[in-house]
Amino acid sequence: MKLIFLHKYHYGDIPGENTGNATTSRPASTEWPLWEVFIRSKQGLDHKHVGSLHASDAAMAIENARDVYTRRQEGISIWVVESKHIHAADPAEAQSLYDPANDKIYRHPTFYDLPDELTHI
Amino acid sequence: MITEKEQLVSFVLHLADDSLVLGHRNSEWTGHGPILEQDIAISNIALDLIGQARNFYQYAAALKADGATEDTLAYLRDAMDYKNALIAELNKGDWAVTTLRQFFFSTSKFYLYQQLQNNSDTTLAAIAEKSLKEVTYHLRWSAEWVIRLGDGTDESNARVKTALEYLWPYTGELITPASYEQAQPGIDFAALKKNWTNHVLQVLEQALLTPPVNDWMQSGGKQGIHTEHLGYLLAEMQYLQRSYPGCEW
Amino acid sequence: MSLIELEKIFQDKIDKEIRIEPKDWMPEKYRQTLIRQISQHAHSEIVGMLPEGNWITRAPTLRRKVTLIAKVQDEAGHGLYLYSSAETLGISRDEMVSQLNSGKAKYSSIFNYPTTSWADMGAIGWLVDGAAIMNQVPLCRNSYGPYARAMVRVCKEESFHQRQGFEILLVLSRGSEAQRKMCQNAINRWWWPSVMMFGPGDDASPHTAQSMKWKIKRFTNDELRQKFIDICAEQVKLLGMTLPDPDLKWNAAKGHYDFGAIDWTEFWNVVAGNGPCNKERLEARNKAHDDGAWVREAAVAYARKQKDKLSQTKVA
Repeated sequence: MKLIFLHKYHYGDIPGENTGNATTSRPASTEWPLWEVFIRSKQGLDHKHVGSLHASDAAMAIENARDVYTRRQEGISIWVVESKHIHAADPAEAQSLYDPANDKIYRHPTFYDLPDELTHI
Repeated sequence: MITEKEQLVSFVLHLADDSLVLGHRNSEWTGHGPILEQDIAISNIALDLIGQARNFYQYAAALKADGATEDTLAYLRDAMDYKNALIAELNKGDWAVTTLRQFFFSTSKFYLYQQLQNNSDTTLAAIAEKSLKEVTYHLRWSAEWVIRLGDGTDESNARVKTALEYLWPYTGELITPASYEQAQPGIDFAALKKNWTNHVLQVLEQALLTPPVNDWMQSGGKQGIHTEHLGYLLAEMQYLQRSYPGCEW
Repeated sequence: MSLIELEKIFQDKIDKEIRIEPKDWMPEKYRQTLIRQISQHAHSEIVGMLPEGNWITRAPTLRRKVTLIAKVQDEAGHGLYLYSSAETLGISRDEMVSQLNSGKAKYSSIFNYPTTSWADMGAIGWLVDGAAIMNQVPLCRNSYGPYARAMVRVCKEESFHQRQGFEILLVLSRGSEAQRKMCQNAINRWWWPSVMMFGPGDDASPHTAQSMKWKIKRFTNDELRQKFIDICAEQVKLLGMTLPDPDLKWNAAKGHYDFGAIDWTEFWNVVAGNGPCNKERLEARNKAHDDGAWVREAAVAYARKQKDKLSQTKVA
């Protein structure tokens, strides 16, 4: 398996070089970097990816995320990360990565056959 | 003899007019901002300010109790009755004028609302408390822009310098109370002036800017004596209400 | 794997309603079609801010003023979500913006019509947003993940826009003679352009078949148009106004409204740049972009200086 590091000011899930990604343009140097935004919708829940935006630095990215993605009280906490720092697994490797878990059913509690009388377990 | 209630109404109207006029100016950016993200940000500030204005107008209307509403107060008063500080009505200018003006304005509101939230007038205190949260953000956002522009490129530095020369004479009014402000109990205007000055100088320094030496200050807005800009702003804003009197919208 | 095998796997996924994600293999044509469709949609949101923004400073009450600002601001948000989802396909926002500003890219022709009265804020909300929602709801289930997710967000926010528009018209329709006149006049001007928003008829729409197969389109232009007309023909009665189509008539046999011929000459002319406001809209977008250049540059320069300072202190 291989990990792909994206050396682009682009969203993390950009297709790799081998997919005929011919239209990719070099962003002009004054284009603000792209950031991925993660929002915690309420206390106790995980931060969840909600989208992306452009900002010149991290502080501005958080403020922009506040203005763009929490206008309707969608969140109480914001994470941002510059998109180029996202590492993504290759979907072409999906079979070798995720299928081997298919037959490990002994990892699930229902695998074990126990009498109904047994409680609190 | 001006009664206490009249003084209070003037004060509340002044707060309302300040917020409405600047909110209106900021809303002129909606659809025309320098980048989408900041178009949304400045529109948010416009919405906050107009929201604050509505709260103040509603309170003023309740105090007057003569059939006035938030809309009659906003749409059917003439420039001479508007009590906003002059700085709010100046044209939106470029991004440097807009953000620097916001910074001067929000700094004064920040320290004022901080005091007002503990005022014995509970309605005013409640509006101030709610507004303070918004203003805290406006202050942070605008100060960051002032610093960014001051310490950005040669062009941005030159532009924010020009904006500073232009706006500075209008800042005195923000920290010099009108008679109806002084008549309000529980507000320490000397402290407000001191806090404003300290914070402004500190941010300007970070932005590599120095205030102009000429310290002549314009005034009059709070007493209804305005620049030529306000007439146009009101003509536009009030056009429908004036052209079709007495209608529901 | 051969191209044919890859294409088969791809189409199988689509047929099974499995979403395509950015790093998945996809035919180049699919990517190009999506980039075109999503960026056009984003451009439409952005240009669409202008005709309504035109009335922000003249909104007749404070309530109308804040709701209009909030609505136009939402459109900026929608443009942003859509540009972001197109960026996952390997095109930068800068490039899309320059395609729009140079006049190369298309956007919805409806925004090349002028907003000449307050009632237009109502008519746009009711008709233009109504037509847009009809187009957009099926797109929440389109085959490309980031686009579908952006559309879910857009549709959620869009629903208040149409209600806002209808409310504006409703108040006008119950108002003075002048207000009623304003209301009918706006409906007259916005009706046909809204009907045309669904695009050319199915017989003249070259992209439809492929887009349906790829599930980046779920209904044909004519299907959506008919649905829109059926709904509006009923809603207009609540306003006590009329739609400007003498041939509009309920057809019990079909279970749909019949409607008059659409003037496609006008449509293609506006698309070609001859609409009443094509030039103004593009000029306004270019001005905002050009006037903003020094601001964007300053922010980048400042961020770079801060970064440099930080790395210097680390070294020291």
